Parts: sequence; C-alpha cells; structure tokens
Amino acid sequence: MSVTNAAAIISTRFAQADGHTLDGYRRTGGYASLRQALAMTPDQVIDEVKAASLQGRGGAGFPAGMKWSFLPKEVFPRYFVVNGDESEPGTCKDRPLMEHDPHQLIEGLLISCYAVRAAQAFIYVRGEMALAQERLAVALNEAYAAGYIGLDILGSGWSLDIVLHWGAGAYIVGEETALIESLEGQRGMPRLKPPYFPAAKGLYLQPTVVNNVETLSNIPWIIGHGGAAFAALGTEKAAGMRLFALSGHVRRPGVYEVEMGTTTFRDLVEAPVYGGGIRHGNKLKAFIPGGASAPWFYPEQLDLALDASVVGPAGSMLGSGAVIIMDETTCAVRAAWRLVRFFAHESCGKCTPCREGGAWLEKILRRILDGHGRHDDLDLLLDVGDNISPGPFPHPPFGGEDAVPFPFKQTTICPLGPSAVSPVYSSIWRFRDEYLLHIKEGGCRHG
Amino acid sequence: MSQQTEQPEKTTLTVTIDGRAIEAHPGELLIAAAERHGTYIPRFCYHPRMREVGMCRMCIVEIDSGRGPALLPACMAPVGEGMTVDTQSARVKKAQDGVLEFLLINHPLDCPVCDKGGECPLQDQTLAFGPGETRFVEEKRHFEKPIPISDLVYLDRERCILCDRCTRFAAEVAGDPLISFIDRGNHTQVNTFPDDPFASYFSGNTVQICPVGALLARPYRFRARPWDLDQVESTCTACSVGCRIAVQSSSNRLVRKLGVDVDPVNWGWLCDKGRFDFEAVGSDDRLGAPLVRAPGAEDLAEASWSQALAAAAEGITRARIRRGPESIAVLGGARGTNEDAYAWSKLARTLLGTDSVDAQMGDGLPAQAVVGLPRATIDAACAADTILLLGPDLKEELPVLYLRLRQAVVERGATLVELSPVETGMTRYATVSLRYRPGEVAALARALADESAPAGAGERPGGLAPAEAVAQAAQLLRRGSLVCVLGRPSLAEAAQSVVDAAGALLAGLPDTTFLPALRRGNVAGALDMGLAPGLLPGRVTLDEGRPWFARQWEAIPAGPGLDAHGIITAAAEGRVGCLILVGADPLADFPDRELARRAMAGAGFVIAVDCFLTESSRRADVVLPAAAFGEKAGTTTNIEGRVSRLHQKVTAPGTARADWMIAAELAFRLGGDLGFDSVEGVWDEIERLAPAHRGLTAARLSSPEGFDGIVAGAARDAETTGGPPSMAQTDSPGIQGALAHTKVDTLASSAMGTSDKPDPTEGLALQPPDPSGGGAEGTATVAGRPAILQWSAPGPGAANPPPLDRYSLRLVVSRRLYDTGTFVHHSPSLAPLAPGARLRVNPADLTPLGVASGARLQVSSGRGRVVLEALADPGVPQGSVALSWNQPGPGAGELIDATQPVTEVRLETLSASAPGGKATP
Repeated sequence: MSVTNAAAIISTRFAQADGHTLDGYRRTGGYASLRQALAMTPDQVIDEVKAASLQGRGGAGFPAGMKWSFLPKEVFPRYFVVNGDESEPGTCKDRPLMEHDPHQLIEGLLISCYAVRAAQAFIYVRGEMALAQERLAVALNEAYAAGYIGLDILGSGWSLDIVLHWGAGAYIVGEETALIESLEGQRGMPRLKPPYFPAAKGLYLQPTVVNNVETLSNIPWIIGHGGAAFAALGTEKAAGMRLFALSGHVRRPGVYEVEMGTTTFRDLVEAPVYGGGIRHGNKLKAFIPGGASAPWFYPEQLDLALDASVVGPAGSMLGSGAVIIMDETTCAVRAAWRLVRFFAHESCGKCTPCREGGAWLEKILRRILDGHGRHDDLDLLLDVGDNISPGPFPHPPFGGEDAVPFPFKQTTICPLGPSAVSPVYSSIWRFRDEYLLHIKEGGCRHG
Repeated sequence: MSQQTEQPEKTTLTVTIDGRAIEAHPGELLIAAAERHGTYIPRFCYHPRMREVGMCRMCIVEIDSGRGPALLPACMAPVGEGMTVDTQSARVKKAQDGVLEFLLINHPLDCPVCDKGGECPLQDQTLAFGPGETRFVEEKRHFEKPIPISDLVYLDRERCILCDRCTRFAAEVAGDPLISFIDRGNHTQVNTFPDDPFASYFSGNTVQICPVGALLARPYRFRARPWDLDQVESTCTACSVGCRIAVQSSSNRLVRKLGVDVDPVNWGWLCDKGRFDFEAVGSDDRLGAPLVRAPGAEDLAEASWSQALAAAAEGITRARIRRGPESIAVLGGARGTNEDAYAWSKLARTLLGTDSVDAQMGDGLPAQAVVGLPRATIDAACAADTILLLGPDLKEELPVLYLRLRQAVVERGATLVELSPVETGMTRYATVSLRYRPGEVAALARALADESAPAGAGERPGGLAPAEAVAQAAQLLRRGSLVCVLGRPSLAEAAQSVVDAAGALLAGLPDTTFLPALRRGNVAGALDMGLAPGLLPGRVTLDEGRPWFARQWEAIPAGPGLDAHGIITAAAEGRVGCLILVGADPLADFPDRELARRAMAGAGFVIAVDCFLTESSRRADVVLPAAAFGEKAGTTTNIEGRVSRLHQKVTAPGTARADWMIAAELAFRLGGDLGFDSVEGVWDEIERLAPAHRGLTAARLSSPEGFDGIVAGAARDAETTGGPPSMAQTDSPGIQGALAHTKVDTLASSAMGTSDKPDPTEGLALQPPDPSGGGAEGTATVAGRPAILQWSAPGPGAANPPPLDRYSLRLVVSRRLYDTGTFVHHSPSLAPLAPGARLRVNPADLTPLGVASGARLQVSSGRGRVVLEALADPGVPQGSVALSWNQPGPGAGELIDATQPVTEVRLETLSASAPGGKATP
C-alpha cells in the first residue's frame, strides 16, 4: 500500500486563516449541504449517511447512520449531543476541527438533527480547550444570526437550538454516558449498562444520540457529494477519510487526514507527507495504534492497514485515531508508568477495580522506577491487571502465541479500568528484560 | 427499590443457578432471586431498599444469557428466561477475590479498635475467602479520622469502601442529600459540603447500613463489641409509627437500637430520635425507688413500695370517700404498653370508679374520632392514588411515616395534597399544598369535599387558599383511592376544627380512610384500651360497652368522665380530689401552661407514675418509679392499629416496675384484684374482652405472622362496605347495634354461649360478633360483645374563630423532632439538638414593625407574654406566626389559650416597651 491521492474532506480549512468565520466558511461552500438536506426528507438524509458507511470516529467505530436509527420511534423530546471532550493522551483531532472549522461541525450537527428530528442539541467541549470553546461560541452566534440555527431554519419550518457546554476536566466524561451525567449537572461517572443505552434513555432519560466531533464534521461533505462517493473512499469495511493524530518520536508529528483502509501504519510513520520517519533515524521500538488505552503494537505490525477491522483482530484497536510512536530510546517501564498514571488519575472512582487497581498498578510501577522493585512485582502487576481485565488480554501475535483480538474483558463498569492494564501488559510481555534490569540495577540506560 | 414494591407479575421464569433451576419473577434482580432460593452472592453496595449501582463489583458472577458466560454483577442483572448462572466457578472466585483484595489494600485493617469488628461484612468475607497476607506493600491512602459529619455521626474515610450506600440513602430515601462523593479516582471520599453538616433526622441509618466501620454513631462508639451484645426484637416507642427494631444490650445496659426490615412499617429505617433515645433508659436520673411527701413536708423522700402504695391508696380512698369517685382523674398512659394502658383503664373504671381518664394531653384529637374513623394502614396510604395530609409536620413528628410517604410520592408517583397552616417537611413533595388560617381548616375541607358548593372565583376557603388551587386539589382528591393522614397541625388551634374538617371530608368523600397522625409512642394502643373518657377497651363506647364490661369487670362508672382539658380545668377549679399521672407531665405537655399550673396547684392528692422526676411529678405526693422501654415486655399498637410485641432486654433501675404491675399492686391496696399477675395474663384478658382485639392471641402475635405486627380490627372495613354510615356516639348508644354488621346473626348466636372463649368460627375475622342484630337495648347485649365504634361527624362543633383584626396574628404551634421532652432531655446525644424557640414570621409581617430577621420581639397573647427571637420565614403565611413546641426557654406554652379555638398574638418591638410606646403596625 501507499499514500493515496484522495483529497481531504474535513481538514480543508485547517490552513485557511478565516476558515473559522462564517464568511470564510460560506466562501468555501459552507452551509450549501444544509440547504440540500432540508430539501430532502429526514429519512432520505439518514439513508444517505447509511450509504456512506460512516463509522463513528470517537473510538468505538459504530456506524453513524445505524446509531441514529436506533432511536425509538416517535418518542420526543429527543436530544443530540456532540462529544467534544477529546481527552485521550495522543488524541488531538477534534480540537483542530473545533478551532479551525467550527461551522463545519455546526452544519454537520444541523443536518444530523434534522435527520433524527431533534429540536435540541448540545455541544460538550472539553474544559481545557479554551480556543475551541471561544471559536464555537462565536460561530454559534454567527449561525444563529444568519438563521441557520433557531426557529424555522432557512424557512424549512424546522427549528433547532444548540447549547454550548464546557466540561470541567475529566477524561471519563469522554465516555458517552458519563458525558450525559455531566451535562445533567451530576458527577461525571458512567451510567450502568444495561439498561441504559443513550439511544433509548440518554439525556434526561430521553432518546439521545451522542456523536463525535469528527463524525459530524463529515456529514456536510457526505450530503454534498453523496454517500456513495464517501463509501468509495477507503475500503469496504473502512470507508472514507479519517484524521490521525500522529505523535511521539517521528520527524513530523501532526494531524493528518488519511484515506482509511488503504493506508498502513508504515505509510503514516514514514511517508514524507505524514510522519517523515522516526526521529534521528532511530529504530521503532513500539507504537500505540489507537490512543493511550490501546494495547501496544511493535515493528511487526507496521504494515497493518488503518482499518478497525484489521487492527482489532490483530490484538489492539484503532480507537480514536491517535498513533503514538516510541523509538528505541524509550524506557518501556517509564512509558508504561506514565500511561498508567494518567488512567489512575482519571479514574472516576465509581467501581472498585479501576479505582483501587489502577492506583495500585501506578504505585508498583513508580516503586520499580524508584529502584525498589521486587521480582514478584511482575507477577503481581499481571495479576492485578487480570483482576481488572480478566484474561486473556488482547495482544498481537508474538513468542509463538496467536493474537488475542480486541476488545478486552472487564470487571469494571466502563473500559477505563482495562485501559490502565494495556500499557502494563504490553510492556511486560515484550520488554520483561527492561523490567528485570530496573529491578536488579535500579534503572536502565533510558530511564 | 422498585423491585421490592412492584407487584411481581403472575408468570415466573426459570433461572439455573449453580446447576439448580429456580423460579424467579420477571424484573427481579439475580442477586435477590438467588438469595430467595438460598444462594447468597457476596455484596457490599447492593441494598434491597435502594437503587442498585453496581459499584463495588463484589457480586460479579458468570452469567450466560445465551451468548456465552460473561462476568457480570448480579445486582445489575435482571433475571431472564433460561439464564444460566455460575456463582462458584474459578473465574468468579478469582474476580471476587480480586475485588476483595482491592477493597482491602487501602483499608486500615484496624478491626481491633473498630466498632464494626465482629459484625463487619468486609471482615467476614475476608475471613471466609480472603488471603491471609497482603500483597500490597505501598503506602495506604490517608485521611484525617474520624471526622464528625453531624452531631450524631462520625466518619472514618480510611475505612470507607465507597459503596455509595450512605450517600444513596441520604439522597434517595431520606431526601437529605447532604453527604456526597467528593474528589475522584483513588482520592474519592464521602464528605459533607463545606460548613453544611449531615443534619438529617435519619443519619443513624447510614451507620446501620454501612458495610464497614466508616460511619460511627456517637452514642454507640466504643461502647461494646458485637460479640458481647445480647439482643431481642421489639417495637420502638419513640413515636406512634411503631418501627420494628432489635434492642441490644451489653452488661445489662441498652447500647443500641437497630431497625428491622418489615414490609408494612419501617423497611428497616429508624429516625435518629428513635435510634438514640435509649440513652435515657440508662440515665442516672432514672427513678429507682418510690418517693413520698410526708404530710406537710417540703420534699419528697425515698420510701419503700409498701409505704408508697399505702400512701397512694390512702390518698385515693380519701378522695373517693370525701369527694366521690368522679373527683379522681387519670392522665397519661400513652407511653407504655397496651397491657399498662389496659390495667390502668380497668383500675380507673373499677376500683377508682372514674371515667375521667385521658391518654392524650389535650394535644391530640378527640379519642372517639381517632378510634371510630375508618382506618387506613401505612401501606394503604402509600398505595393510595392520592394522599391527603391534614396534620402535623410528619418529618418532625412521625419521621418514618414521612419516609414511607415520601417514597410513595417520589418513587411511585402518588399524588400528595397538603392542608397546612405553614410549610412543612412534606410541602416540597405535594402536588398541591394549601394554606389556611389557623382555626379555619374546616371551611377549606368543606370546599374540597363538597362538590355542590365549589369555591367561587376570588374566594379563599379557609382564608388563604385561592379558589383555583382548591379546585385543582378537589379534583385530585377524586382521582382514585384517597387516604387522609389526620392529625393536629397546631397545638394553638382547637382539635375541633380538625374533627370538623374530617367530618366534611367523610361527608363529601365517603370512601376516604384515615391514618391518624398522633404522636406518643402508644397513643393508639392507649385509646384502644379505653384510656379516654367514654371509651372502653376494644374500641367501644362506654354506653355500648357497659353491659358487657359491667359483667366482666363487675363495675363501671355511671356516666362519661372528663377529657384532659376537662380534668385540667376541673383541677384548676379545685374539683379534682386525686390526680394520677401515668407518665404524664401536664406542666410540660398540656398546651395551655397557665391552666396546667393552676391545675397542679389546685389538684388534691397527686400520684405520679414516672421514669423521671418531671416538672409535674416533682409536685406529686407519691411518686412510683416505672420501668421504661426495654425494661418490660408487652405489646404496643401503632397508628394503623397494628399490634406488635415488645420484649424486655434489661432490668429496670432499683425497684422500678411496669405500669400494669403498679396498677395491680394498687388494686390490692384498694381492696380489689385486677385479676392478672403476668403481662401474658393481661393480654389474654384483652384478647378475651376487647372486641377489636378478639382473635389476636398471644400465640398469633408470637408466631411468624406476628413478627410484622397484626392490625387489630382489620376485618371491619370489609364487612361494613356498602352499609350506611354509623352514627354511634356516646349519646346514641343504640344506633350502633341497629346498623350492625351484616354477618351478625349467625355469629352472634354462636358467641352467646361461649362468650369468654375465642370462638373457632371467628378465626378468620378479628371482628367480634354483634350481640343483638337488631335493637341494642338493655339485656340483649349483656352476654355478647359490644360493637366497635364507628364515628361520623356530629356536625360542625367548633366555635368560630374570632374576627380578624389588623393587629393580631394567629399562632401556629408545631412540634419538632427534638424538644425538651423527657426522653430526649435525658439522652445526652439528643438533648443539645433541640433547635430552640424562635418565632417564625412572614417577612411582610416583620416590615411594619421596622425590624429584621433576628430581632427580639415581645409576643403577647391573652394568656401571657414572652420575648422571642424573630425569624423571617416565607413559609409562614402573612397573618400567622409559627412557634415550635417544648423548646428550651419560655415559649408557646405561655401563650396558648386552650379555651379558645385559636390563639392570637401581638408582636411588639422591645425598644418600644417604654410607656405608651406600642409599635403600631
């Protein structure tokens, strides 16, 4: 595979100085798709999005059109919520969409609300993203003033209100039921599943769609160009273009819009238009294919395609599209500790294994880094991990063992707990010698 | 919670648990279904009376619903047909052990000094399943400990396992969301909000349901170890709800009361007053020996029982001979057992020869109404489509009834309509809450109940409620089943207006049933036992019951006696030759203190039976020490009429003994014999003689059926449905029989010959047969049991309240949970919680006085004047002022004029107390 020539869909205004303004957006074709959609029936809009095979870009990868059709028939009010609480370490794709192209998100949201006949929408933006909040607020005001939002939108007789809401800095609120709790003014803790899936009982226990920023940003293009055109991009199971946030030890870290399925991790890391190779000509040690919670991949997996249906069976996940590169100078123990510390810190504290287990893993790793490791600690780490995520834990094939496909199992309410286990397992399986060195010598040459 | 209350559908489904097929109800949670069938799945956060949260993950089991086994929490899994569950597999054990280890790593393991050690689920599970050694070598999580989160509860956050039980209880059950999780992740802690303590009347429940020793009750902390405790089941007597409890003692001292979960009453909950008032039982101030005031002596001196009883008998005899039996009066008896009340009722009617007995202190409702109104149970009230509240603030007076009704409104969606002179703890749950001017509730009730006379636009029935709101409420009352919780909203308002209101309701809405909201522990039982003028045991009137009881008791007073107000008035006028106070303290409890003072001064010989020296018993000539709650066995009757048992746990101090025993001893001294020598003997006689208690045998009360208590007279409503309303009143004894129950004749004939023994044909109905069938005159009733009183309104009887004048405000006096009452006062943990007397005034009524909230005002009525701090409170309507009863310092008792339908007060600023300087509003 190689780098394709497919044109960008949603990142076209990242470099446009006034792309975030209404004028700049309209000059480049903005809000044309909304008019187009309002001329269609809501069901036609849903069919078009279904035809696009647009998978959710938040991490779970559920087809957006399908998600909409799960709303119970004729139950109102129903709500539409935009998940802009992008917080996973390594993931930074929604942020430029909100900062550089807020109207694209708003137009996508308008079309989607029209499709599901919602009259009230909420945009939940991560608390720390000040510029995104500001740009969205300005854009919403502009759109209200221009008659794109509010009563009787563009004379269609259909009305929608959009409320902008800022988070208070909790990663777990990226989980959709925790986001709904937070939006209602409660502690950001995941709801119990079953019985509540947002489509049936979401915000204020009414039918609710929660979609990711990137997912919705694709909608105007899909309506403008047709679902078939979108589906023609990428592969059958991985349609369209997708933003990947490439970070870590590459020459050119950044957010790249890449054709799905036909592009590989190697393309993303090495192509001059993307990562441009590992820094200083170093060798790749490991990489995380889908955000900090994903099990690690190693150089053998570089040629896998950027396709959730490929990455999952291979033992990890494409998740939120955050690819983190670690070169040979990385201390695996320190990397694991840093990631576990994040998840331990972000645990909401609701269920026992995540609240206690995550913090315990972090303390053990910290102790090993501090030179007080014990030989038993490796087994202890693995067993504590097993009590959070009962094995076998997903991993790519190595050491003669077949891959264990994603997803992981869990004793917890939500996947945050097992996320803390990913770096522990991934690092111990592959880099046990580094742990032993830390335990024996009190450190390694990297960390 | 919903799993508990919803009626399971008839169909069942089959679930296989550990290879055994069991039947489960659709919608039932797996953890509950498994437990019902003997498989206990370990848990910490799950509690059957609260919403499941799935937080602790201890109950994880392998569940296969057709897609292969998966580890899932049993508390979150509703059963499904064909579900296969493995609670014992290696994967389950590993997951559960893992959770247990996680819960323990930051737990301080200070079991040797922890109150919970020995009864701690965490400790028990660890002992049974946990590893012997820890794998955790890191620093544990640390918090300052313990911290007081309220006046009664300490919190040790290091022991806490964050199960969410206490916080859920506070928010879901108590409606006091004052504790919450703060911080997050591994630093999550339960705490109060800054400067806002967990000041809930129900805080003690969190201590009971805490699965570790994180929440500690101040009155119990470090008092005992669970393995030293001995316990009996009993019934709480702190109020008249009759919560089922376990009473625990160590070294012959009560140390703890725990709520017991029974469906019809308290669901395991208790209020803090009920939970902690046992402290008073062990108080050093308890009376342990009789006291006698020698003739002419200043002070009471200890005496032997023999001396004291002789003195008492002499006082009684002298009064009886010199001034006639009707000059003897008995006040009180609502704080003991049914057996106590029966013994005193019998003693008064036979050897004393008086009908002037009253268990209430002029602060309740007329006994005939309480006993005779069609009665509802708590469950019926909670299941009603509409609940009408016309009574005291339930949160303050009958707290667990408040919990049940709150649950019915919040969780089940019952409609609540409230009639109240001021805002109450229930107001926020009411669909419609109507205010009325004190004394005018009957007009409001008539407007609600009488469809033929709707309130016109602009009219305000009862003085305050707008006609539209009244119309809305009237509709709600007709939406389905209706239960009225009836009590005394204000002690400064004559009971007659409430009775008139009840009569109006019953006239317009004849299917209404009533749950009396009276307060003292066994007031319902005392009235059932005839401790009220004109009433005899078993809910019969004096006249109706005379033939029967005259034969059984061999004596009965000729005519009806006086109620508390009459007795107090007579005493004040020097017409009471001997006043017997059975746990009564009129100087503290009678609403009109001025009148009570004159009564105590004017009464001839005073005998007090009491646990403590009170304001009143201090003035007695003979004081006989009584056994208190926990020191005697017997039964009580709650507001529903539910009879449940009390057991003795500790011995009474000194030679104090049960009230019924004192009555029996006194009878001997008076030359008679009450005819029983054990508490069981008293109950057997009650069962044999009291019509409403027929069939309520001691054996039934001790059986599993009796564990929840059994409602006396429960069969009556079913039997009388469809019949015309009875008109039985003391002045029309014959009518009762004429309107008798439909089953009468056959049963009556069978009962005729065997009147003293339980009739086997009556096993199903507690209802006694009506003796006469037709006319109830004379000898026809001699051999048969009298019919139970059915009350109907005798027509408006209240004196009209005085016309409004612009200088006067009407006084509302209501009770608070904590006051200067005897048991609270002698419970060191509770006594400081009495909030004090502050006059609550509508801000608009303060403005004309030119003072702000917090100012001190002189409050004067026709009875007296007191200086009180004013508190602006928009919950009090303009034109009324509200005051709490029996708070430390001078207060409502000095103001209330019990001879008036309402008490009116005037407010004056203190600075204007110079001559002629009256503040003009």
